[in-house]
Amino acid sequence: MKVGEELAPLEIAVTRTLIVAGAIASRDYQDVHHDAELAREKGSPDIFMNILTTNGLVGRYVTDRFGPSAVLRKVAIRLGVPNYPGDTMVLSGTVTALCDDGTAEVSVVGANGLGRHVTGTVTISVPEGAA
Amino acid sequence: MTGAREGREEPGGSDQLYGRLKEFEGRAAATEGIGKDLVNEPMIRHWCEAMGDANPAYTGPEAIAPPTMLQAWTMGGLSGHTDRSQAYEDLFGLLDGAGYTSVVATDCEQEYLRPLRPGDRITFDAVIESVSERKTTKLGTGYFVTTRMDVRAEGEPAGTHRFRILKYTPAAVKRTAPRGGRSLRPRPVINRDNAGFWQGVAEHRLLIQRCGECATLRFPWLPGCNGCGCQEWDTVEASGEGTVFSYVVMHHPPFPAFSTSAEGGPYAVALIELAEGVRMVGNVVGVPYDKVRTGMPVRLEFLRTDPELELPVFRGGEG
Repeated sequence: MKVGEELAPLEIAVTRTLIVAGAIASRDYQDVHHDAELAREKGSPDIFMNILTTNGLVGRYVTDRFGPSAVLRKVAIRLGVPNYPGDTMVLSGTVTALCDDGTAEVSVVGANGLGRHVTGTVTISVPEGAA
Repeated sequence: MTGAREGREEPGGSDQLYGRLKEFEGRAAATEGIGKDLVNEPMIRHWCEAMGDANPAYTGPEAIAPPTMLQAWTMGGLSGHTDRSQAYEDLFGLLDGAGYTSVVATDCEQEYLRPLRPGDRITFDAVIESVSERKTTKLGTGYFVTTRMDVRAEGEPAGTHRFRILKYTPAAVKRTAPRGGRSLRPRPVINRDNAGFWQGVAEHRLLIQRCGECATLRFPWLPGCNGCGCQEWDTVEASGEGTVFSYVVMHHPPFPAFSTSAEGGPYAVALIELAEGVRMVGNVVGVPYDKVRTGMPVRLEFLRTDPELELPVFRGGEG
């Protein structure tokens, strides 16, 4: 692993099922994440993915790429455009720093058809020789 | 969270609400909160199924919970939160009462200090860290509220969770208010240095200045020649042929006056190189914003944007 290394992208099909399953698995019952009619009343064209699911997908992307021995230390994300049903989000990542304490910083972007859904920084520890 | 209050006015220029909201900074948002469920295998499995996460660290006798589940263990769920502070309720009551009824999460920053394992009992405290000034975003106008939560497992620090939401009045509600009053493009500033140009536009002629001394063409209109400094000039009429030299696509913030769709969708702004050699900025029409390309041939025409304003624009996509 070296600074500047790019991780293979991960394509996520943003289905209605993923949005609802992610919301419920994260115990988020806000209606905009499962009820399209109420979402429209609030000015959204459809239901949209909740931030906890996005956070979970970003964490999954980084540990998928670095393997099960990698340990998440920090995940910091900012949301941009929403993930609506029927879209595809492509997660991509770049190693941006390697620290003396054995941690690495990875910059992650999740882009969908509307633009950038998520930008973030993930800090992981990777045991030596593991990646 | 009840969405629409039709045509509600924003608070006036001086933001008195902000002063009141600011007083909540540093106050507790939740005190001695208790996770409704112990960390447990079924919830971990449901999470991993939803995320498509097959990491073996999250299964088996040595399983840990996915670290990104941190917030999930503190959620109120379908029956809601029972541990929020009065200050937090008051802050949200104030925002709801002022019309900022919608909420959307914008940022989440988590640090994981200790793995969570099935059986761990979760407790947490949270503080209202900051409230922003009133901001206008694509979603609408409102205030960002940032909270920071310290999460413990079996009484030991397990993680921190900083969470930012926007509490806002949906832009869609406001957008419907000025129906019929379609927004207009800004008026050009016409002065003695450029009056000749606008006179030309009124006659459907695109006029380029030509130096009286060295004959260098110049655009936009200026009192003197960039080449020799001479202040004498006359004009030549552009043939109307040109090509896209460069362009940008404007996505945000939306300006409905410039967009072909009333919603203020994206539009292209191009730098056109005229056949005479000078360049000017203008809109490209007749081509979707995402089909405008450098080098595309365009032809001048005049667009009446409203009863009082006519502008030179460039039609692309022919030939």
